[in-house]
Amino acid sequence: MATETKPKPVSLKELSKKEDRFTHGHRMCAGCGAPIVVKQVLMATDYPIIASNATGCLEVSSCISTYTAWKIPWIHSAFENAAATIAGVETMYRALRKKGRIDREIKFIAFGGDGGTYDIGFQSLSGAMERGHDMLYICYDNGAYMNTGIQRSSATPFGANTTTCPAGSVIPGKLQKRKDLTRIMAAHGIPYVAQASPSHWADFIKKVRKALEIKGPKFINVISPCNRGWRSKTNDAILLSRLAVETCYWPLYEVEDGVTRITFKPKEKKPIEEFLKPQGRFKHLFSPENEWMLRQIQEDIDRDWEALQRAASEAGQD
Amino acid sequence: MSEPFWKRLTPGSVILEAGNAVEFKTGSWRAFRPVWKEENCIHCLFCWMFCPDMSVIVEDGKMKGFNYDYCKGCGICALECPGKKGKKAIEMQEEGK
Amino acid sequence: MARVVAVTGNEAGAEALRQVNPDVCAAYPITPQTDMMQRFAGFVSNGQVDTEMILVESEHSAMSACIGAAAGGGRVITATSSQGLALMWEMLFIAAGDRLPIVMPVVNRALSAPLNIHGDHSDAMGARDSGWIQLWSENAQEAYDNIIQAFRIAEHMDIRLPVMVCLDGFIISHSIERVEYLDDEVVREFVGEYRPMNPLLDVDNPKSYGPLILPDLYHEYKRAQHEVMGRVKGVVLEVASEFEKISGRRYGLFESYRLEDADLVMVILNSAAGTAKDVIDHYRDRGIKAGLLKPRLFRPFPYEEVAEALRNAKAVAVLDRADSFGAYGPLFVEITSATLHLDKRPFLINKIYGLGGRDFLPEHAGQVLEELKEIVETGRVKTIKEYIGVRE
Repeated sequence: MATETKPKPVSLKELSKKEDRFTHGHRMCAGCGAPIVVKQVLMATDYPIIASNATGCLEVSSCISTYTAWKIPWIHSAFENAAATIAGVETMYRALRKKGRIDREIKFIAFGGDGGTYDIGFQSLSGAMERGHDMLYICYDNGAYMNTGIQRSSATPFGANTTTCPAGSVIPGKLQKRKDLTRIMAAHGIPYVAQASPSHWADFIKKVRKALEIKGPKFINVISPCNRGWRSKTNDAILLSRLAVETCYWPLYEVEDGVTRITFKPKEKKPIEEFLKPQGRFKHLFSPENEWMLRQIQEDIDRDWEALQRAASEAGQD
Repeated sequence: MSEPFWKRLTPGSVILEAGNAVEFKTGSWRAFRPVWKEENCIHCLFCWMFCPDMSVIVEDGKMKGFNYDYCKGCGICALECPGKKGKKAIEMQEEGK
Repeated sequence: MARVVAVTGNEAGAEALRQVNPDVCAAYPITPQTDMMQRFAGFVSNGQVDTEMILVESEHSAMSACIGAAAGGGRVITATSSQGLALMWEMLFIAAGDRLPIVMPVVNRALSAPLNIHGDHSDAMGARDSGWIQLWSENAQEAYDNIIQAFRIAEHMDIRLPVMVCLDGFIISHSIERVEYLDDEVVREFVGEYRPMNPLLDVDNPKSYGPLILPDLYHEYKRAQHEVMGRVKGVVLEVASEFEKISGRRYGLFESYRLEDADLVMVILNSAAGTAKDVIDHYRDRGIKAGLLKPRLFRPFPYEEVAEALRNAKAVAVLDRADSFGAYGPLFVEITSATLHLDKRPFLINKIYGLGGRDFLPEHAGQVLEELKEIVETGRVKTIKEYIGVRE
């Protein structure tokens, strides 16, 4: 049963009074979506948080040399194991709490990019979710291996130009559709799975708050624009993530105890071109010979959006 | 002889000073700087919410300006600024001009 | 009162772990280790330990979870073998680099391909440069004793490094031997309360584990790690001497068997040392001065002490139960390095034996001693590296 929680309204004024638990002085590129995602996650809650981080842009830029941008306990160990690593910390927490050596309520969060989550860290994530650790996994999905220089991942959208699937004269970019990790995580039957966007910060913050109140494994997939990899402007991370939502490329929804609920329905679904056009990685799709690709992208989105609406409607949540 | 440098490193390269990245100023990365036009500001704080570098200064729920020590000049704040009566409260200006 | 029991190596290992009662154990099944961790899981299920167990989906996650748990600030164990250790390889270096005192029995087994589940040392030898301390054990008693001592070594505030305790797959892990168990109270008192260093779970003092370190500092962190390894020998001996007080059993950096005046010396790790000792006795009966050196602490390697022990040897055969293809066996390389600075170096030969569980028989030891005898007599080494016990 989906519980109709009544979370407190999210007030920017109140949020702005909180201390940043992720500080400036980090070295993410100008206009990167990932630090926006992280700050929104951390401002969502007052609980003590311990985080793990998969190797990637966020990790190398936030904790480098003798400097850390994290004001919470934080651990990075490798690329493919943010879930297993935080599972270890969380288990030690339970062990020491049982023995009375810790009496605080602490929440555990893993951060990973799409490479570290959809691909190399997928097994570790799946295992940790199945084991039922009390943890929240946040995937900041920028749709490629950005840290190593924009290589294709299984989160890379169909048609995108990356350095390992370059749009060439024979192959016009990535020919496979991206893996729908959010649905895969929902299929794990864990208590809470959601998809979110930093543009819709109130929705995202509500989801994080809700997730942290639920015992057990939770997963939130967050779109995180990368202007270097998306070949867009440094100022458009929020604009593009909003367009991703409004075109239904990245619908905002949650699956709580198996019940799907769409948390934001655009008044009017925008054509996908509005999301694709500002991004250089899709430039080639706008030449006449690749028109079929644009059509296919739109068809895929339409079909997936309908399926999502159907799932929500079947659950009585439309 | 004083203790060699490497002996003073924390075992396991653990960083004990949380949030000490504030000592690393990223403001010099900026090519464009956001300029705040107070008269057009409705204090919606969207700039603060979306700033990837925690460089928008807010006091008592009011926008107060930018922390140029860290602002990398991405321009998200200016783009997202709704302004007042069609006039933006944040504009990007080229550095050094 | 100490109890005398007839148990397998895995059973003895599991018993040591039960007595230590660690905070967290992350484990994944792999032959021949499986039996040790499933016994431990039984202790967890029956409330005989307070340990929280993480039944991970791979050894990579086992070591990752161990790293997270140890950084959290408590006592952590796992165990593995062969492919499992190989899959952990990446994380071994991180556990050591992060200075996390994880204790891991390694039930030694061959590496694929071809697939083989039986005992040899390829797995642990492949991990010898990972920054872990390695203790090797001849039999179930030594495995039990080494596991208990491993916690004291790993968690020593001057060390804080992970320790693997090696025992031979099947030959020791699955054979029943006489073992003397210490009392639970004695073990718990010996191991003591866990003392955390920079625990992640101390949320009031947040730390960051695992930064990106560039060329300006990486070299220095490694220099510091090298320095720590230099302190291990002393701590191992200190712990061994305390252990002797509670057990009556004496351990050093290596075991010397009839080595003092030996002309012909075999250097051999783990279970095959037992066979070799028997054969050495027969040679001694015939008036031939044969002896044995059985390394216990393989990482860090006690070069000076080994050199001193081999000072009077005339010929030394180093037996490796692992090959470094296209090179000498890993143990041989260490022994030749150790003896390099002796005024009068013994002749040195390298035998590769017992791969994939091939038995090491008394006649193999005899064959090696005969060759050493001939080398001393003729003053000539025919072949430096050679496989023995190969089917013709």
